[in-house]
Amino acid sequence: MTAPRDKFGRPIVVVTGMGIVTSLGGGKTDNWKRLSAGESGIKTVTRFPLDSLKTTMAGAVDFVTVDPFSSTSLSQRLAEIAAEEALEQSGIGSKGDFPGPLFLAVAPIETEWPQRLEVAREVPTKDFGIIDYLATCSGGKFAHFHRRFTFGSVALNLAETFGTKGSPISLSTACASGATAIQLGVEAIRRGETDATLCIATDGSVNPEAMVRFSLLSALSTQNDPPQGASKPFSKNRDGFVMAEGAGALVLESYDAAVARGARILGVVAGCGELTDSFHRTRSAPDGKPAIGCVRKTLADAGMEPEQIDHINAHGTSTPENDKMEYLATSAVFGEHTKNIPVSSNKSMVGHTISAAGAVEAIFSLLTLEHQRIPPTINYEVPDPAIPFDVVGNKARDAKVTAVMSNSFGFGGQNASLILTREPA
Amino acid sequence: MAEKEVWITGVGLLSSLGEGLDAHWQALGEKRVNADEKRLAPYVIHPIAPVSFDAQIPKKGDQRQMEMWQRIGTYAAGLALDSAGVKGNQEILSRMDMIIAAGGGERDLNVDLAIMNADAQGKLPPALLNEKLMNELRPTLFLAQLSNLLAGNIAIVHGVCGTSRTFMGEEASSIDAARIAVARIGAGQSDIALVGAAHNGDRGDLLMLYSFGDFALKDQYASVWARRNHPGFAIGSAGAFLVMESREHAEARGAKPYAKLTKVVADLAKRKEPGAVMKSLQAMWPQLGVNDNAMLITGATGAEPATGEEREFLGQHPGLAVRATGTTFGHTMEAQFPLGLALAALSISRGALYPANDPTGLEVEKTEAPTQIVVLGVGHWQGEGMALVEAVS
Repeated sequence: MTAPRDKFGRPIVVVTGMGIVTSLGGGKTDNWKRLSAGESGIKTVTRFPLDSLKTTMAGAVDFVTVDPFSSTSLSQRLAEIAAEEALEQSGIGSKGDFPGPLFLAVAPIETEWPQRLEVAREVPTKDFGIIDYLATCSGGKFAHFHRRFTFGSVALNLAETFGTKGSPISLSTACASGATAIQLGVEAIRRGETDATLCIATDGSVNPEAMVRFSLLSALSTQNDPPQGASKPFSKNRDGFVMAEGAGALVLESYDAAVARGARILGVVAGCGELTDSFHRTRSAPDGKPAIGCVRKTLADAGMEPEQIDHINAHGTSTPENDKMEYLATSAVFGEHTKNIPVSSNKSMVGHTISAAGAVEAIFSLLTLEHQRIPPTINYEVPDPAIPFDVVGNKARDAKVTAVMSNSFGFGGQNASLILTREPA
Repeated sequence: MAEKEVWITGVGLLSSLGEGLDAHWQALGEKRVNADEKRLAPYVIHPIAPVSFDAQIPKKGDQRQMEMWQRIGTYAAGLALDSAGVKGNQEILSRMDMIIAAGGGERDLNVDLAIMNADAQGKLPPALLNEKLMNELRPTLFLAQLSNLLAGNIAIVHGVCGTSRTFMGEEASSIDAARIAVARIGAGQSDIALVGAAHNGDRGDLLMLYSFGDFALKDQYASVWARRNHPGFAIGSAGAFLVMESREHAEARGAKPYAKLTKVVADLAKRKEPGAVMKSLQAMWPQLGVNDNAMLITGATGAEPATGEEREFLGQHPGLAVRATGTTFGHTMEAQFPLGLALAALSISRGALYPANDPTGLEVEKTEAPTQIVVLGVGHWQGEGMALVEAVS
């Protein structure tokens, strides 16, 4: 059988289902409408007291509730909502029976404060130490906390709900996690192991300790008022990222399998690339070399030339360092072509959905291809002269878009990029 | 297209028994066990053996930026790179893929306990939690906690910079790390990969999660197979790393294999049904294509009901020479599976299976040189997997 293959002889990987939840809303329709209208989902946090915090806003998803609240349960719920939408659109398999593996990008999990304190209140001794505390943990009364806070718990529950096959993989590559989940799915299909994969990325991390920890690293914007003005990628007065929640789910299939079952093809994952930065634990190499290598590897994986990319969905976190480095790396690879590429950052509106960002932004990239309209980078009032990108500032732009590069560059030297196209190359 | 053969060309081990392959081989031969019943009594743990980290993490600044689990892992990763003969080889390291299985890092237990005590005494209005966290958490502790920062540290210290993926999910994460690495190398998506995990068992904060489910072994150490009436796992400490590469890649650079890694299979048994673990193991076993004269290294934790079902499965294969790493090393969680792989590769390369250490008689002696060793991993709560490690012919 002569199956359609890419130019390297590998099965072509297509997207047949997408689902999304962000601070802008639930579902593709609402998200696209608000995103392309330049609306912000960033608000002052109401979930917990804000006393003593330097940053008081986030892109929290408050219209989805879980009870009792934990970031882990919220992450799971967001993932479920996104996956249900993606599966419905794809029409693959049957309810609770997805014919392939699950790759899940999820934040690292640990027992959270409300649950820690719930146990603490039951410790019979005063001024207790860890051994007294552990004695109260055991005995079965809190067994549900073990089920909730094992690292594998979200994937286990999703695998059971959606009936994915085999051992589900939970992964964290920091801010690149969502892209990594897609990359693992693409690789599995290219190896011929499976015809379909469910790739989900989720993050429900807006809780006091997570905000404090990012704040202590001076990573977050402190421009709290107005909250929707805080995330300003590529602007001179940007001062950090804005934490946000959300989830993205994609059904990936081999082109053959999708065509055989008459599925509508939403787009193609033409290439994936990854290259580690060993410069520093939180900072990218200032010369951008690892990011340059990552972008080049991605182009090579797709078998494409820089000139074929006509839009970049930037990592664009709005931190002083990232945005500068991203321009440096992009211009090093794209050279003269850089000025012809409209660049935008979804994070200006939805914030940084951290573990989910790679998948959320891949979905927005695919919607950009579908609508032939590039969502804006809002709050672009004071362009940074050191970043002379063609930023799609403040208003969406209609444009012919055939191939989008979506970048994710994160803590721990994690760099990953994707190239998404409308049609198989 | 035929799958490429995957060789294990580097093995790095640091554990409660010591560091390096010779020290481990000797300790296993002497049936040495370093269990500690006092340090976190009543919990039994296996703390990491004393080690000077300078040999693999030369910069003190790097050591300061890490907590113990990361030091253990970065150290063991360095040993694996040394043993594969690629340490400092920029050309190879810059394109080496990395898949790490990781949990979370150490918390600041003093800060946590102060907050929990304040709350228990009614002295922690919700607003005060923020203040305490803002003022008392060390900023860099976050980086010692994040799962993907073990990989980050290995990249910084050793320059492993091709790709970097961190899998999470307790024991299963390391089974999948090995499975994906082998699949990628087999399919030509990768030439060489560093795969491993690290675990520090000397952590009260870590015991919390396992105490919720009453999984931790208390009071008295016993071999894994002798815990039937007093179940639980003794948390262990280990860094276990392997360098895996395609046979062609290894031969082209003149690298010698410890063994080859023929197959890795993984499963997610529906454990709500009793007997699911045993069924899962029965379904995976034929995929390896070995006979009952093989040898098997298991990460059986000692916690029930999983270990009970595993014991039942092993009972159906009475000819197998079994070794349980849990007896010697404790349960090293994410490091469980790479530890098994490392010991299998080591045994094959030394031409012998190390002696049994089991008063119940489940483990039997086997004198012939191993050609096939099955590595078995069953998670204490979820996830099952097997690998076949073979002598290179």
